Amino acid sequence: MTVAVFSFYLFAVVLITAAVLVITSKNPVHSVLWLIVCFFNAGGLFILLGAEFLAMLLVIVYVGAVAVLFLFVVMMLDIDFATLRRGFLSYLPLGLVVAGVILGEVLFAVGSWVPGRGVMMFDELVSAPDGMTNTQWIGSVLYTRYLFVFQAAGLVLLVSMIGAIVLTHRQRVGTKRQNIGQQVARTPANAVHPAQPGIGQGIDL
Amino acid sequence: MNPTFASIAIAGPEAVLTAGSLLALMLGTYGGGDRALKGLTWVCVLILGIAGLTLLDDPATRQYAFDGLYVADGFSAFLKVLILGSAAASMLLALPYLADVKTGRFEYPVLLMLATLGMCMMVSANDMLSLYIGLELTSLASYVLAAFHRGEARSSEAGLKYFVLGALASGILLYGITLVYGFAGSTGFPVMHAVLGAQAERSLGVLVGLVFIVAGLAFKISAVPFHMWTPDVYEGAPTPVAAFFSAAPKAAALGLLVRVLVGAFGPMQVDWQQIVIFLSVASMGLGAVGAIGQTNVKRLLAYSSIANIGFALVGLAAATPQGIEALLFYTAVYLAMTLGSFLVVLQLRRADGAPVELLSDLSGLSKVRPGLAAALAIFMFSLAGIPPLLGFWPKFAVFQAAVGAGLVPLAIIGFITSVVAAYYYLRLVKVMYFDDAGVAVVSDGGRTNGAMIAAAALFCSPIGMLAITPLVAAAGRAAAALYVITG
Repeated sequence: MTVAVFSFYLFAVVLITAAVLVITSKNPVHSVLWLIVCFFNAGGLFILLGAEFLAMLLVIVYVGAVAVLFLFVVMMLDIDFATLRRGFLSYLPLGLVVAGVILGEVLFAVGSWVPGRGVMMFDELVSAPDGMTNTQWIGSVLYTRYLFVFQAAGLVLLVSMIGAIVLTHRQRVGTKRQNIGQQVARTPANAVHPAQPGIGQGIDL
Repeated sequence: MNPTFASIAIAGPEAVLTAGSLLALMLGTYGGGDRALKGLTWVCVLILGIAGLTLLDDPATRQYAFDGLYVADGFSAFLKVLILGSAAASMLLALPYLADVKTGRFEYPVLLMLATLGMCMMVSANDMLSLYIGLELTSLASYVLAAFHRGEARSSEAGLKYFVLGALASGILLYGITLVYGFAGSTGFPVMHAVLGAQAERSLGVLVGLVFIVAGLAFKISAVPFHMWTPDVYEGAPTPVAAFFSAAPKAAALGLLVRVLVGAFGPMQVDWQQIVIFLSVASMGLGAVGAIGQTNVKRLLAYSSIANIGFALVGLAAATPQGIEALLFYTAVYLAMTLGSFLVVLQLRRADGAPVELLSDLSGLSKVRPGLAAALAIFMFSLAGIPPLLGFWPKFAVFQAAVGAGLVPLAIIGFITSVVAAYYYLRLVKVMYFDDAGVAVVSDGGRTNGAMIAAAALFCSPIGMLAITPLVAAAGRAAAALYVITG
């Protein structure tokens, strides 16, 4: 058994176990932590495939940003997961039936699977052209061949940003905001008020 | 010329809409915000018009752009004209409503334009990648629009329902795409068509993938049994948004479905034909029966749109150029009828200022507002498919196409459900003309909306038959363009 095969099974088993724990753990914070374990192991699988750029992206973007954001959301929202879970048992049979049907479909599909033209199997994976790193290779198709969908994906993100602002942003009255222009334009003349009160007298403000 | 620039030149409408939506967003943010809504809406309509003008110099031949991710042909051009037109109408018809309920935020036309951009990408998709991105762009903007009236619980609920179910449908669609990719080895439609055609016996996996893809797309056109969200979302969403949902996205998703099934899965016609026949029969049946018990006008129109999608799918079930031509003709006429009906509903207010939503609010409308009542009656008769009105002819065309393809039972079922559906369309007319006036109804829509109602009513009236010849000719050219390489 080579090291590669051993590490594949190690990563795969830990990945699947962690994935099961994500949906079964009672505490949502634990779920997010298991999710992070998942992401790390998926990154390991990518490295085994020779896609080190994707592996790093997965760790940096998903573990570094997305999972931490999840953690924030889970901790900040006051959701009682026990009540959300209450119907779990009564819906379980139906869920299992649906899952069973889909599993059956997958088995049928994979069982009859003959790789189509152009689908590359692992042993015939081409490596990047000489002198090109993995990252360069992705970049060279991302901004040329897939320019259209790349830009369109940017628009999808723009829509979600507009949507978040439209649906949640409220202009409250009476909030005090920092006005940097005003702060910079402030001079001693309009900020300081020299006074020379006589003895025993107060200051009129 | 640089291939990227050449591609952008081919994708003219998308380029204009992208630049235009960014410009409109900037104008809205820095140029007066929500107070500029009216001006901004007209600017957006102008941009949609410019995008439509770029379609004019489209050559008759099929052109690929962006390394085959995008295709421009007569089929996409025909649908883009419909999409741009109904999107512009949806922007304008919202103005009085938004001013009235005080949610007139400038993002409304911008989001609508971004949704329109996604729809244009959908009908021009030539690859599963561009299909999915276009679909998501449209859907995401639609979710936000459904919840646009955020102060109201019903609207937020509609947005959330739409979002959760839409995300599920997207997941199913993606699952189907991955399965089919595994068997065809490509996500490009022409390659898929060639590979699937070359395989002597196709494995079960492709079929499973096809079913998943069709299910995901059927959700977007709200075909039964993937229609559950439609009445709830239409009822909860602001009325102008419901009008938008019932028009442009339906045309885009229908076009997309046709493109995928004919363009990519053409060799599997026997397989998908049964699915489409089932979707069509179920939609026609449930659309007709489900609407009978409704008391809310918006829910009624939602069921009406489900039934109409069923009738349009009859054309696709025929799976002949003649059937596709009938489907396109049906879509064009349906857009005018549904937008017209929603316009009339939008035009009316109860005396206390609340928008008209219940069927009983319309009672005796003919005595208070005879013009509006006559227009709505025309739309209802036309939706029911009563012969001299325009709505009859596309229905006739799809049934004729079905009979031509040997699907006589389908045509008979369609005919029967159309008679059943006539009951609730006519009931609305009866309420308007023969019931005593219940609630005092005032009309306060703008002059623009009045003009749009008049235009739509004129189009749907027998006078609209003058438009049949050019419309059918255009639809015929579009359908022929679809079959250029696949046929």
